[in-house]
Amino acid sequence: MYKITYKREMAEKTVCHFKVEAPRIARKAKPGQFVVLRVNETGERIPLTMGGTDPATGMIDLIFQVVGKSTALLRTLNVGDSITDIIGPLGKPTHVEKIGTVICVGGGTGVAVMYPITKAYKEAGNNVIAIIGSRTKDLLILEDEMKAASHDLRVTTDDGSYGHHGFVTDVLRKILDEQKDVKLIVGIGPVPMMKFLCKLTKEYGVKTMVSLNPIMVDATGMCGACRVTVGGKTRFCCVDGPEFDGHQVDYDELVKRQRAYLKEEKASMEQFTAAVK
Amino acid sequence: MAEKEEKEKKPKVPRQKMPEQDPKVRARNFDEVPFGYTPELAQLEASRCLQCKKPKCIEGCPVEVYIPAFVKLILDGDFAGSARKLKERNSLPAVCGRVCPQEDQCEKVCIVGKKDQPVAIGRLERFAADWERTKGEITIPEKAPPTGKKVAVVGSGPAGLTLAGDLILKGHEVTIFEALHKTGGVLIYGIPEFRLPKAIVQAEVNYLERLGVKVECDCVIGRIETVDELLKEYNVVFLGLGAGLPQFLNVPGENYCGIYSANEYLTRSNLMKAYLFPKYDTPIARGKNVAVFGAGNVAMDSARTALRLGADTVRIIYRRSRDEMPARIEEVHHAEEEGVQFYLLTAPTKFLGDDNGWVTGVECLQMELGEPDDSGRRRPVPIKGSEFQLECDMAVVAIGAGPNPLLPAQTQGLELNKRGYIVADLETGKTTKPGVWAGGDIVTGSATVILAMGAGRKAANSIHEYLMNENK
Ligand SMILES: Cc1cc2nc3c(=O)[nH]c(=O)nc-3n(C[C@H](O)[C@H](O)[C@H](O)COP(=O)(O)OP(=O)(O)OC[C@H]3O[C@@H](n4cnc5c(N)ncnc54)[C@H](O)[C@@H]3O)c2cc1C
Ligand SMILES: Cc1cc2nc3c(=O)[nH]c(=O)nc-3n(C[C@H](O)[C@H](O)[C@H](O)COP(=O)(O)OP(=O)(O)OC[C@H]3O[C@@H](n4cnc5c(N)ncnc54)[C@H](O)[C@@H]3O)c2cc1C
Ligand code: SF4
Ligand code: SF4
Ligand code: FES
Repeated sequence: MYKITYKREMAEKTVCHFKVEAPRIARKAKPGQFVVLRVNETGERIPLTMGGTDPATGMIDLIFQVVGKSTALLRTLNVGDSITDIIGPLGKPTHVEKIGTVICVGGGTGVAVMYPITKAYKEAGNNVIAIIGSRTKDLLILEDEMKAASHDLRVTTDDGSYGHHGFVTDVLRKILDEQKDVKLIVGIGPVPMMKFLCKLTKEYGVKTMVSLNPIMVDATGMCGACRVTVGGKTRFCCVDGPEFDGHQVDYDELVKRQRAYLKEEKASMEQFTAAVK
Repeated sequence: MAEKEEKEKKPKVPRQKMPEQDPKVRARNFDEVPFGYTPELAQLEASRCLQCKKPKCIEGCPVEVYIPAFVKLILDGDFAGSARKLKERNSLPAVCGRVCPQEDQCEKVCIVGKKDQPVAIGRLERFAADWERTKGEITIPEKAPPTGKKVAVVGSGPAGLTLAGDLILKGHEVTIFEALHKTGGVLIYGIPEFRLPKAIVQAEVNYLERLGVKVECDCVIGRIETVDELLKEYNVVFLGLGAGLPQFLNVPGENYCGIYSANEYLTRSNLMKAYLFPKYDTPIARGKNVAVFGAGNVAMDSARTALRLGADTVRIIYRRSRDEMPARIEEVHHAEEEGVQFYLLTAPTKFLGDDNGWVTGVECLQMELGEPDDSGRRRPVPIKGSEFQLECDMAVVAIGAGPNPLLPAQTQGLELNKRGYIVADLETGKTTKPGVWAGGDIVTGSATVILAMGAGRKAANSIHEYLMNENK
């Protein structure tokens, strides 16, 4: 059992930030790694990235968007409650080194996944430009944190309610036009965002890493649920990733595989909402 | 001489069947298929044993269970005593009585089997173990005085559980680390409820905990802790990791939705209880028309699970012929009775899918048997131009498993063979890394429960010897 010690709701209660007591994981985890958790005895195993860790207090940060039954259920927990199982750290850590100018692009809850990675690139001595985007101002998360974790933060909203009116890719294109020495781009967000971002960065020939989020079960390489096609080869995202060369990823397949259980997920959510009412 | 005499005595009683659920009914539920013997049936079956002076059956059992002795105790009506006798050699009799390939082991060499059907050793084993568990007659054996030595066991499959049980009785401190949230390895995530009820596996683990074994789930060794870190805290480490890497067919279209590895399909259904969705949150595809590739126990389990999840048609597609099918005869028989169809000498060449990326069919080739290959089995050769298509809205790939590289890749000094399995002495379980032993599927490749248990026992003996001589 893993105790929740802090809870904050963000983005009009669609995003939630927990601190959870998991000392052994906190001691080991590196940026880019995730955990798998099971909220309760009947729960499914869902992956969430660690938004941060504090080895001194033994806490890990989980920042998640409420999208279906499991995340809705998780959100009903409060400080003092416990999560039944947390397994981690999983996945390969982000390969962070000093290379020069790095652009970190986060969309939606992808910003939460991006935050520790951005911080790590800055700490390694890189010049870090961050771009974060959301549909509308109220859904924007971690702006202050991302500002502190980068040298230059740009914000976009699809509806223009805050920052640049438009998509993160618009801002990225402008930067790439102005700055020729960009060594690496890291893009994390909804699959369509990553797909278009990579189309763009390919034009400019800049190496781009993305963090993929296929459906997972065990997340130890045992089941193959998380298979993604990268460079024409099948890879297991949970152990070979979650980060891959964005120019090699088959995004269309990923989107289809993510939608494999839409019918079941909807039924599950409806049942849950009815029970909560 | 004695043997000759025994051969001539022929039992009058025929081999007793185990009552089981009707195939039509059971093909739609997850309850266990056989009900097990009643005490009367068990005693009747036990009476068939000739109590041989030189019991062949014992030689056929990889852990050398005292078969005539435990059978005699059943005949005498001392069922609890019979279970205790079993446990002197086999710590998981309720499991082995159900899943051991008895027809290839103890029962294959039973003297009675020469003229008649052999004594139903597995069924009797199951009976005695079930009796003990359900009648609450489990006794805790005496433990040796504490040695102060600490053993870390990685993996809670049959190899790890057996080793843990042996070493705790010898007075060592034992902690099991399991990657999943539940213990039991394949027994809990792979073999379905209708063949091995999970309550039985849980009872075995509870028993170990009562003996004092510590169990830590949710610990992926290699990630949360490395083997070298464990070695700082524990005197020795045993690796019972199993063969947890699914193999795929590597044909086009294999990543369409609805195509599962057997590991994923069975894990969803068994470990995550997706068959009880939405009471349990994990979803699973309920295909109407299901193709299963492979013909081992894993394929049979997948096919029978698909039926129970509501499939109308389930086809086993296998590139060799019936004679080469690796599954237990009993499992093939059960699957056929329940309505699973067999497409033999058939190999898939590609999957077909729709715009949503969901599988709609598979293209196959007809095969014929050619010359024997390395394994001595006749190699299947494709027949030119024999392509045909089968419709399916779900598929399970059950063509074998390999070694999961997660831990081995993180561990320096651990020699692996060219297929990636851990190199260990088969008699002692010793690996090339000091302080580290290994056994079960991670050493031999996918095998059987009883062989994994045997490996656990041998490693336990070797570790005990090592620990008692350490620092001397
Ligand atoms: C490596 C990785 C890291 C992630 N990190 C974060 C994070 O930091 N914050 C965050 O909000 N989300 C993160 N996700 C996504 C998160 O796991 C899903 O949103 C969550 O599982 C949805 O579950 P649900 O029951 O609430 O929704 P559902 O209604 O079940 O599903 C909604 C959608 O979520 C996805 N999903 C469902 N089940 C799973 C599963 N078992 N594994 C993965 N995806 C699934 C599917 O695409 C599905 O269509 C991450 C995913 C991965 C693979
Ligand atoms: C579907 C199916 C049906 C089968 N049917 C039969 C049958 O009828 N009869 C029979 O005799 N055999 C059967 N087998 C084979 C038998 O189950 C295996 O041979 C046996 O379970 C192997 O035991 P093991 O202890 O080596 O490993 P496993 O049972 O595979 O257990 C290994 C455990 O180690 C854990 N682990 C792995 N890596 C790590 C890590 N890094 N850190 C922590 N934990 C880790 C795994 O999660 C797992 O729980 C079947 C197998 C399958 C898959
Ligand atoms: S353990 Fe298996 S092989 Fe040994 S006696 Fe029991 S059923 Fe037979
Ligand atoms: S089980 Fe068969 S071989 Fe074993 S003692 Fe009885 S009759 Fe003899
Ligand atoms: S989630 Fe099972 S192999 Fe990646």
